Amino acid sequence: MAERFSIRYQPGFTTIAAICFVMLYMPIAVLVVYAFNATDSTSAWGGFSLHWFETGWNNAQVIDASIRSLKIGATAAVLATSVATMAALATTRTPPYPGLTFKYAFINQPLMVPEIVTGVALLIFFSRIKIWSGYTGLGYLIAAHTAFCIPFAYLPIRARLESMDLTLERAAADLYATPWHVFRRITLPLLWPGILAGLMLAFVISLDDVVITEFVKSGGQDTLPTYMLGQIRRGVTPEINAISTAFLLLSVGIVTLFFFISRKRD
Amino acid sequence: MANAAEIARKAEREDVRSRWLLSAPALIIIFLAAIGPLAIVLVYSFLSPGPYGDVVWKFSPEAWISVFLERDIFDETLSLADANLAIFWRSAKLALLTTIATMVVGFPTAYFIATRSERTRDIWLFLITIPFWTNLLIRTFAVLQIIRNEGIINTALMKLGIIDRPIQILFTDTAIMLGMVYVYLPLMVLPIYASLEKLDFRLVEAGYDLYASRFQVLRRIIIPLVRPGIIAGSILVFIPAIGSYVTPSVLGGGKNMMIANLIELQFGQGRNWPLGASLSISVMVIVMIALLLYVRNATGPDTRNG
Amino acid sequence: MPDKPVRNAIDVRGVSKIFGAGEQRVAALDSVSVSIRENEFFTLLGPSGCGKTTLLRLIAGFDYPTEGEILLYGEDIAPLPPFKRPVNTVFQSYALFPHMTVGENIGFGLEMLGKPRAEIEARVAEMLKLVKMEALRNRRTSQISGGQQQRVALARALAPQPKVLLLDEPLSALDYKLRKEMQIELKRLQHETGITFIFVTHDQEEALTMSDRIAVMSAGRILQVGTPWDIYDKPAERFVADFIGETNFLAATIDAIAGGKAQVTLGSGAKLSATFAEGFRPNGRATLVVRPEHARLMKSPADLSGIVENIVYFGTDTHIHVRLDGGEPFIVRQQNTRNASCGFETGEKVGIQIGDNAAQVLKD
Repeated sequence: MAERFSIRYQPGFTTIAAICFVMLYMPIAVLVVYAFNATDSTSAWGGFSLHWFETGWNNAQVIDASIRSLKIGATAAVLATSVATMAALATTRTPPYPGLTFKYAFINQPLMVPEIVTGVALLIFFSRIKIWSGYTGLGYLIAAHTAFCIPFAYLPIRARLESMDLTLERAAADLYATPWHVFRRITLPLLWPGILAGLMLAFVISLDDVVITEFVKSGGQDTLPTYMLGQIRRGVTPEINAISTAFLLLSVGIVTLFFFISRKRD
Repeated sequence: MANAAEIARKAEREDVRSRWLLSAPALIIIFLAAIGPLAIVLVYSFLSPGPYGDVVWKFSPEAWISVFLERDIFDETLSLADANLAIFWRSAKLALLTTIATMVVGFPTAYFIATRSERTRDIWLFLITIPFWTNLLIRTFAVLQIIRNEGIINTALMKLGIIDRPIQILFTDTAIMLGMVYVYLPLMVLPIYASLEKLDFRLVEAGYDLYASRFQVLRRIIIPLVRPGIIAGSILVFIPAIGSYVTPSVLGGGKNMMIANLIELQFGQGRNWPLGASLSISVMVIVMIALLLYVRNATGPDTRNG
Repeated sequence: MPDKPVRNAIDVRGVSKIFGAGEQRVAALDSVSVSIRENEFFTLLGPSGCGKTTLLRLIAGFDYPTEGEILLYGEDIAPLPPFKRPVNTVFQSYALFPHMTVGENIGFGLEMLGKPRAEIEARVAEMLKLVKMEALRNRRTSQISGGQQQRVALARALAPQPKVLLLDEPLSALDYKLRKEMQIELKRLQHETGITFIFVTHDQEEALTMSDRIAVMSAGRILQVGTPWDIYDKPAERFVADFIGETNFLAATIDAIAGGKAQVTLGSGAKLSATFAEGFRPNGRATLVVRPEHARLMKSPADLSGIVENIVYFGTDTHIHVRLDGGEPFIVRQQNTRNASCGFETGEKVGIQIGDNAAQVLKD
């Protein structure tokens, strides 16, 4: 009778949670471990080696696809974040006005439609434009990525904006700051962590996209995920493990940064 | 006197107008690259397929009919399109099973995180979020590596002498479901966690004070109060699951198609863009229905701002 | 007092502020008019929800009146946005910019006005000296105490030398002792700078100690405007009498008006003379207001008689609660002398004497 009764304890929950965490990380762990496998088997360990990373690094297609991913990601992230910042300013901290809910639903729409549908829609839409204009550059991909990145940039910016003290901007106006000055000297500096968070989120989301990119891209316009998808369909090579691990490190790195920034600047 | 009211109204109008201007770029981009094209899909679903893909601008209801029915080549009779319907059924079934599975595993996990101390809670959240931000493809690929015949699971089972020959897990419906559960688990955990975090545990205390058993407290107090989170999580899992493309493609092979794969087929070998369009709209309709049910049921306080 | 023509800094004329429409129509301000003189310490006093903060916001420019005009030195400022009005505000929450130092906060208004660097530096130094915070110039605002933040907020609002300074319950977050100190500080500042202060508070004691004039508000209307003495001794309405200090209410009949005073008869039969507000002709039945310290407790029946119900000791004085013969309550206040009890006991039969001019007739 020594144990205190805990109101929070539910039998089995901790076990299931533990299993859950293990389950979540095991496949990734296996993948990372085998990226360093000297042999090309995925079930037997043949010694530590960076061989597959080298292969990947020397693979022109991989490099090409990676660069394209980064280009699209960076551009789309910057565009999406700028646009999302404006949208957040427009839809937050205001008494409801006609069209507000509509706008909010509109901005978050990409989150509510399955990617396959958006992918198909853009495929059809852009193919028409391609025929009509002859342009086959990265523009379509950038436009598509920007569109679905907007809600991801929007949400952290909006959250940050809502927790900001409205009185500060009022005080600034009281002290003769024009609306532009209020924005530049008060709102923007205080909003900045939220904007950074949105930027990083948008970047990661863009890098990760598979489905929409797959449908919208023209031949030869592979991003890293679509390249990997092609490779996986043909068969498993350990090179993919290495590429995946590198990609993983990048994503995790960015998300960790994101976590730190949103926790610190409170 | 009229002056004052006028000034007030003018200021208000200007404020609303500047807000529209600010939000315009976002709305335009999303309209052009997300919503607008949907309308085009609808139009395309009523056209006829062209010889090499794309469409011929001729009205035809064939695409919509083909979703559910197929025409016998010889005598033109209509019968149920078994193949298509089987795919619809598989997609709905797998999506539902995935939702339930993630709920069963995700709820205790969210509960676990929510009942940690303030400091460690953030770490656990971070740990749950990381897989979420890992590329979907990589995660699916990781599952592939594990369940294939030469993968870890089979090798381990064989080494332990439990089985003689590898179990064919890959390229089955089970494989797809495993993949989807793995991929969408964080999406179920996070909303449930958000609800649990707001739970006032004094209510749980009151339950115990009034002679409820652990199970009763769970069933009658905790779960009803966390319902908005559970429903939100279910929607966040079901919608992507039913439109899932990568996971069935990688883990199901060519045979076990889900709707998304069927749609892709129409734009590739199938060369039936209108059918691809009508199938896409069908998926949208299913999603809308699910969303409507969600909005109807989520009468509790929203986890997100409305 | 020198007889110099004094202008009105602020004129509020017939201002209303209405929120919502139809059934949910709420009038935060209902046709309010008041004039505030320059170089005055003017207080808006009232319970929460009375509209005092709304009026302040209208003067500052953060909201627009539904009806009426607001004039600053004779000019209509309603069309001007807040950053064009030479009016500054000290906010209840201070609203100091967290990403700037104390010095940068204070200099902000001048920066926005485009003043040259040298002038800003000089002025900031001056302000820091005025509020005695020179040492904290480079600190972040999150690193200083509440009382210090309050003074920075004050300095920031004074730095651009506004025509009018608005203070929205600036002392409510401070503890008792600090608040008392700040009250004296504010009064001193107002005298030194000569700027018109409009002060909002719900604390009637604060209003009485600091103000040149007070406007008592309730439910969107101004009930009375006057000096602290006027408000305290000659409350015009029941609400004002009740809100400020402790009061006794007595029913009486007006017999006659003579020499600017009303001759009244109390319920007990006693006859008194009482004052009444200007422009008001008391008639027939009325209610009198008597402050507890203007009545004296006697051992034998006087103007009123009753039984002592309760004796409450306050350190500086004692409140003696009496139940009058007619059943109404009456409180008498006695200043305490050292080591002596008040001289009365619970249950004792007592008389209450009300001096001449100790009573005021209310506009009923």
